[in-house]
Amino acid sequence: MKKSVFFGALAATTLVAGLAGAATLDDVKARGELLCGSNTGLTGFGAPDASGNWAGFDVDLCRAVAAAVLGDANKVKFVPTTGETRFTALQSGEVDLLVRNSTWTSSRDSELALDFVAVNYYDGQGFMVKKDLGVSSAKELDGATVCIQTGTTTELNLADFFKQNNISYQPVTVSDDSEAQRQYLAGACDAYTTDASGLAASRATMPDAENHVILPEIISKEPLGPVVRHGDNNWGDVVRWTYYALLIAEEKGVTSANVEEVLASTTDEEVKRLLGASGDMGAKFGLDNDAFKRSIAAVGNYGEIFSRNIGEGTTINLARGLNALWTQGGLQYAPPFR
Amino acid sequence: MAQGFTRTEILPALPPPITERGAVKWMRENLFSTPLNIVLTVLGALFVYWIVASSLPWWLNSVWNAESLSQCREIVQAKAGEGATGACWASIRVWWGAFLFGFYPPAEWWRPILAFGLLFAALAPVLYAGQRGNLTLVLGVVAAFLLVTLYLSQAPTSAFVMVVVLVAGLIALAQVLPGKLLWFTLVYPALCFWLLWGGSIWSPIVAMAGFAVLYAVFRLTSPLIGLAPAAGAGIVAAALWWLYLDVPLLSALHSMLPLEIRSINSDQFGGFLLATVIGVTGISFSLPIGILLALGRQSDMLIVKTLSVGFIEFVRGVPLITLLFTASLLLQYFLPPGTNFDIILRVIILVTFFAAAYLAEVIRGGLAALPRGQYEAADALGLDYWRAQRLIILPQALKVSIPAIVSTFIGLFKDTTLVSFVGLMDPLRGVTTILRADINWKGIYWEPYIFVGAIFFLICFGMSRYSMYLERKLKTDHR
Amino acid sequence: MTMATDAPKDGFRLSMLVYDTRYRSYTIQIVVLVLFALAVAWLLNNTVQNLAARGKEFNFGFLWQRAGYDIGQQLIPYNNDDNHFRALLIGLLNTIVVAIFGCIFATILGVIIGVLRLSKNWLVSRLMTIYVEMFRNVPLLLWILLSYVILSEVTPQPRDFRVTDEMVAAGEEPAASMMLFDTVAVTNRGTNIPSALFERGLGKLDLGFVSLNLDFWAILAVLAASVFINLRIIRSARATQEATGVRPVTWWKSILVLFVPVIALIVAMGFHLDIPTLQGFNFQGGILVAHSFTALLIALTLYTAAFIAEIVRAGIQAISRGQSEAAFALGLRPNRTMNLIILPQALRVIIPPLISQYLNLTKNTSLGIAVSYLDLRGTLGGITLNQTGRELECMLLMMLIYLSISLMISAVMNMYNNSVQLKAR
Repeated sequence: MKKSVFFGALAATTLVAGLAGAATLDDVKARGELLCGSNTGLTGFGAPDASGNWAGFDVDLCRAVAAAVLGDANKVKFVPTTGETRFTALQSGEVDLLVRNSTWTSSRDSELALDFVAVNYYDGQGFMVKKDLGVSSAKELDGATVCIQTGTTTELNLADFFKQNNISYQPVTVSDDSEAQRQYLAGACDAYTTDASGLAASRATMPDAENHVILPEIISKEPLGPVVRHGDNNWGDVVRWTYYALLIAEEKGVTSANVEEVLASTTDEEVKRLLGASGDMGAKFGLDNDAFKRSIAAVGNYGEIFSRNIGEGTTINLARGLNALWTQGGLQYAPPFR
Repeated sequence: MAQGFTRTEILPALPPPITERGAVKWMRENLFSTPLNIVLTVLGALFVYWIVASSLPWWLNSVWNAESLSQCREIVQAKAGEGATGACWASIRVWWGAFLFGFYPPAEWWRPILAFGLLFAALAPVLYAGQRGNLTLVLGVVAAFLLVTLYLSQAPTSAFVMVVVLVAGLIALAQVLPGKLLWFTLVYPALCFWLLWGGSIWSPIVAMAGFAVLYAVFRLTSPLIGLAPAAGAGIVAAALWWLYLDVPLLSALHSMLPLEIRSINSDQFGGFLLATVIGVTGISFSLPIGILLALGRQSDMLIVKTLSVGFIEFVRGVPLITLLFTASLLLQYFLPPGTNFDIILRVIILVTFFAAAYLAEVIRGGLAALPRGQYEAADALGLDYWRAQRLIILPQALKVSIPAIVSTFIGLFKDTTLVSFVGLMDPLRGVTTILRADINWKGIYWEPYIFVGAIFFLICFGMSRYSMYLERKLKTDHR
Repeated sequence: MTMATDAPKDGFRLSMLVYDTRYRSYTIQIVVLVLFALAVAWLLNNTVQNLAARGKEFNFGFLWQRAGYDIGQQLIPYNNDDNHFRALLIGLLNTIVVAIFGCIFATILGVIIGVLRLSKNWLVSRLMTIYVEMFRNVPLLLWILLSYVILSEVTPQPRDFRVTDEMVAAGEEPAASMMLFDTVAVTNRGTNIPSALFERGLGKLDLGFVSLNLDFWAILAVLAASVFINLRIIRSARATQEATGVRPVTWWKSILVLFVPVIALIVAMGFHLDIPTLQGFNFQGGILVAHSFTALLIALTLYTAAFIAEIVRAGIQAISRGQSEAAFALGLRPNRTMNLIILPQALRVIIPPLISQYLNLTKNTSLGIAVSYLDLRGTLGGITLNQTGRELECMLLMMLIYLSISLMISAVMNMYNNSVQLKAR
């Protein structure tokens, strides 16, 4: 049910999107484009290059969903959102899906009427300090100046941590990651705190990475994941299972390169269901049967996405850690696909 | 009688003493005339020296070709020795497209350029109404500018054909009927939107046809039911046209004759393109609203006056940033559930309200500057309110207000940088943030700020000089 | 020949509502009012529906929940256990303090630059012209960002102030040292200035949700009393002058009344300065003025001063030479000419645009968002909004507060303006 609303001469433009109904899946299909809320620029997770091509770990999840729903991983419109505007953008239907390093918390689930459908990155808040500061634990940071980004859960965690340990600090609030890094490097703060992945990414891109250490304390749980509007369960399922399909693909060794091959040769019933060779699992989501196969072919499995954007060998250089598959001692675990 | 000596010819004048001529005199008079002036001069000279001495090496060591900031630094170190600093303009070289156009596809850059050039062609008939020579001059300059920049941006041949045909047509029209060029100004908004956003050529035409419907209904019914009801009927008819006939007609026409250019999503707008689009649209749509508000504020009708004053004072009393946050966070609350449209359009709507309140005050100033005799003369001629406004009052009031309108526009253009706080890619903070998140250029900050600041300065300074020139010109007309 | 006839005395017809100028304005007003009411009702209805659709309700109860976040700069005590309303107050005070300092500094700087721009000194007037054009034609946001970058890149780190034993042994100086007799330290985190401490202070008075610092209020009360008494002295001197023609000497009385009581009180309370010292990571003691505040203040001051300079210049140029010549002809001395003739007239030209510059400056404090200065927008419209998800309430409240500040400023300044405007026409 797409009904266009036109406003005078502006009707002439294509500015006007449709009415967002309750069924996001139908809207996306009718629009032929997935609206994906993203970061304004976070290296490795979601940032555009000089010609406007978005790339990153979170960005690839959006592309996977677009490939599953629309059949084309490039039919995504990335809407940059800030800490303040991100949830409103989702609630009001400005975006269909928010993949922007958002932490799953109970109040966001309940009060803000959002649904976190999965956790695509398990993170925790940490501290980075310069090595010559001679600090080996966050508890030694009494009286330190700490850089934090505003509009995130990290400032609440920070306040709680220092209070619990009965030590004081001086907060310096900054608006984005690159500004925080500049301040930290200039010595305007003793410690920089954000998600450990962000710290590692920052540290990796510093000219003198060996002079900075990430302290051992992880002071919070930061499960980051894709968010959809509350009350549209079918759309939530589509996003959740697109993500799980990528996980299962990694578990079963299906990659973007060998997906056709595996499809032709596999004897594993779950892989067959996943790739649409048997059963009608895709259709049950309101998609076609080889929807998830397209996702895997377009962006690769979870492991490929990880290693391409943020994994070891990239400039970000993150270890899998908690985000390894459950079979390898991590937390990434997909329910059975049946 | 003693014969006194009388000089018979005049001596040639001696040259003035060394302290009273040339550079020395000038310096004595302009730099060292009093002790206070000597102190000020010395302080000023020291300040200039300090600025130059501290920043000159940085400018001299500029690097124009590099892949990343670290490479830049290596080149500077190699060239000027350890510890030297230098500007890394290579970052601008790589990113200048994003600063100017955002992520607008490079193959389509000719479209914003064309729209920008034609903007002046559309402004000319307003500024030089009926002056054949000036109009031709402006159109000629526009044509030259467009041909050069389009060539530089590697525009397709069709763009050149379009420019030549359009500008030649306009110049021809300027020769024959210079007054009718105003029609181009009226059509320009639709043309501009089509060029920028692309899509079917029929959509601007069908949308503009709504205004034609409005006018036709107004003209047909006004003899029967009077002016005000006819205007109402016209608006209703136009609204019906846009709501119900626009879409089917559009698809019918498009299927008959599919003429279209590539459609560009507004999320790809950014940089100075975005600033210009928001600034120019805001100011031009706010002009009619501002006029109505100013007239409302001057009105004798209590309710109309209260509403106008309330609106003006509210909008002028809150920071623009809260209005932008309203656009991004609250506007959806106020519209029917499920309505959702583009953030750029929402920002433009709020910026238009913002500019309208400021323009209303500017125009009120223009209205107040008119001598009372003008109003009385209009009354004495038996003109009714709208005729008096249209024929006597507004033309004079608007003319007086032009410099102030230009200043408002400069202010608004500078304020468009605030849209970065709602996630749009303005040149100053939006594009710069993305550039600074780029892994190659992490840690850069002076160069993009200086680059963007310089462009803003050129544009705003140029406009303010022009408005001063206009002010002088208009002053002589009046006194 | 036409006969003068009475105007037709028709009864009231419905069409007169549109065509008769006596009734038409009522018709228009009623139509406008109805349309306005319909529009408001439509907006309210939509808002109610949207709130219901998102499962939200419109109430301000969240203001009394625990805020949970810390604020770097606080003029009244605050910690993360306080509620969102307290955080709002902190933000509001931060907005106001930037606005007040900004207006004062911008006025001083603007007047100096405006006068210097008219100077006969070629170099100085050119420099001032460059200054004015540079600041007026580049967005304020850029100046804020640049001042912030400069402040945090150029100034030394706290550790550069450290003097270690080895350095003493080697006779080296630390990389940076404190200023103004070792009382002020400018680091790249902020400016540490001494604060006033009272050994025998009066303590605090807890009034439930606000606690009053009695030291501060005592000083304020004594100052107010001194100023009041001083006014009485001047008034009686003026009365004497008018009665006898001789003005009694009052300056020493004024100095006595204005300064002695306050100094006595401060000494009695045991005043001493708390000078910041380097301990651990940072300077401790004294007051830390964060660079986000300083950068915002500097940028707002420089930017607005450029506009005020133009206003001052125009004001001075608007007074014709004849005015001062006439004053001299009347035998007035130059300073009286300035006070009685030039200034009152120039002020009449200067004040209205100056008011709007003050308003602009106050509204522009909201750009503190660029340096994450936690003003009203940063607390209520930033972190509180973000943590509670109450955008409708937060935004409306924020707009209302900004609107009241603006209206108050224009009301106060208009009152002043009316007092200096010419009364007669």
